[in-house]
Amino acid sequence: MALIDTINPLLTTGWTKGDAGWSLKDYEARGGYKQWRRVLESKMSQDDLIAEVKKSVLRGRGGAGFPTGLKWSFMPKAAPVKYVVCNTDEGEPGTFKDRDLMRFDPHSVIEGMIIAGYAVGAKAGYNYIHGEIFEAYQRFEEALDQARAAGYLGDNILGSGFSFDLFAHHGWGAYICGEETGLLESIEGKKGQPRFKPPFPANFGLYGKPTTINNTETFAAIPFILGMGGEAYLNLGKPNNGGTKLFSVSGHVNRPGNFEVPMGTPFSKLLEMAGGMRGGRKLKAVIPGGSSAPVLPGEVIMDCTMDYDSIAKAGSMLGSGAVIVMDETVCMVKALERLSYFYYEESCGQCTPCREGSGWLYRVVHRIEHGEGRPEDLDLLNRVTDNMMGKTICALADAAAFPVRSFIKHFKSEFEYHIENKKCLVDPEIQRMGSGFFKAGAA
Amino acid sequence: MNTPNTMLSPELSPESLKKIDREVAKYPADQKQSAVMAALVIAQDEKGWLPKETIAAVATYLGMAPMAAYEVASFYNMYDLHPVGKYKITVCTNLPCALSGGVHAADYIKQKLGIDFNETTPDGMVTLKEGECMGACGDAPVMLVNNKRMCSFMLPEQIDKLLAECK
Repeated sequence: MALIDTINPLLTTGWTKGDAGWSLKDYEARGGYKQWRRVLESKMSQDDLIAEVKKSVLRGRGGAGFPTGLKWSFMPKAAPVKYVVCNTDEGEPGTFKDRDLMRFDPHSVIEGMIIAGYAVGAKAGYNYIHGEIFEAYQRFEEALDQARAAGYLGDNILGSGFSFDLFAHHGWGAYICGEETGLLESIEGKKGQPRFKPPFPANFGLYGKPTTINNTETFAAIPFILGMGGEAYLNLGKPNNGGTKLFSVSGHVNRPGNFEVPMGTPFSKLLEMAGGMRGGRKLKAVIPGGSSAPVLPGEVIMDCTMDYDSIAKAGSMLGSGAVIVMDETVCMVKALERLSYFYYEESCGQCTPCREGSGWLYRVVHRIEHGEGRPEDLDLLNRVTDNMMGKTICALADAAAFPVRSFIKHFKSEFEYHIENKKCLVDPEIQRMGSGFFKAGAA
Repeated sequence: MNTPNTMLSPELSPESLKKIDREVAKYPADQKQSAVMAALVIAQDEKGWLPKETIAAVATYLGMAPMAAYEVASFYNMYDLHPVGKYKITVCTNLPCALSGGVHAADYIKQKLGIDFNETTPDGMVTLKEGECMGACGDAPVMLVNNKRMCSFMLPEQIDKLLAECK
């Protein structure tokens, strides 16, 4: 679906025509590639460009929130071969913003990547696109052909002497490739198992060369930052939380979808934009930043604003901006079971604490959900997470542990009820009705 | 497509090889292996699934060890290492989809087809798979047909329509 509602749109200005507004001429008509032309024509220095991005306090939109300008400045200047890589391996449950960027405005990502290539001195880039959105991959390839034909990409771009080319690479079903070094391994044609860090990709990245990896939305913001200036972009949001952000709202709302709002927008406003709670039911819990972020009870999130600092203060993470909304028809044990199964299924198997731990988490949550829980199981779950967190090469183990710990912390009585009574606290009929799959009264 | 393995030639068609060449051209000349993911998809599209011999043929074409290509084929979920039906329907049952009926959609389609996950209808037409997040949670419930076609808002009527197409 195209965009429904927004405040101060930047990234989504091109989305209003949905599938009909993505091509090069549409993008140019709304000012597209103007910033890239300006960078080349004014022979802007790499340092000035990076300084402008730093000023914007654009923080990585993929989940970690690392300052983009700072990341670019880590790239060694002298290295002869460098790469820029875009992470569109959007598989974090609840996140679906990059898919819409690919579908409705692929050229904004291309322009952002070319400018990044210029800033860090790379000659080539790759956009790694989630395998499940193959239609978006095909569209991105078409957009690349258009950009190449128009002379924005390739050798000696617009007569400037600068050369840069960009290619699309698709995944084929592995969540772990969203981890940046797993993604690099995958582009190299291997299993997507993350690498030990350091060295970080800025020193040892794709094919062992210095590499800058950013999220799709991060790249898409670059032309807008250059257009309005870093400071104006920062001022759209909050101090230390620059600009606007795409939020993917899913679950029990009337109008699930992507919403672009300034950083610091109250959660209650975002919920209202998403049409409010489905059926007017009561908000029970929200996962504010993709399934790996700790869950927050409804009354806690209602007091939060949507930015990195406010959500962190409440005990969770803004992550990728995937807001999973749950109402009172949800059994929290069953919800956690779904998530724990996901991490168990997607653990790459490289590190023992994650490979074994994610399986134990799933099996124990599964037995609680299915009436076979034991009184000591909640302690056991917490102990297993202690043995996983911070003990592996990448953050998947932590991502598997956060939901378990936060669900138990905030909804302990529901877990205890399950263990004692061998059934859900929330009536199964009510749960069944909550999904909206069955029409009222139908079998 | 339950054709026995022996009926298939592991070799790829000239059309497939041409497509693979286009992928190889994206990467530095000494990094042909980077094209293996796309090449395996191209091979899977041609053969319907990936017999070991086909994986080996892809590996040879790209100048890599057959085991290295097999590692890739067995690591990523959407490669089919066993025959599947003419239509492979993958249902997302992850939490955001489940909140909007993903698990109920899976139950519904199982009942309609009379098969469980990882099974194929007796006429060889439809294989059902359980999938993880496809990155389209706003369109829940979501299903993927033959890996490349995403189907959104799969409530009973839409599922009926999809199944009617699977002939």
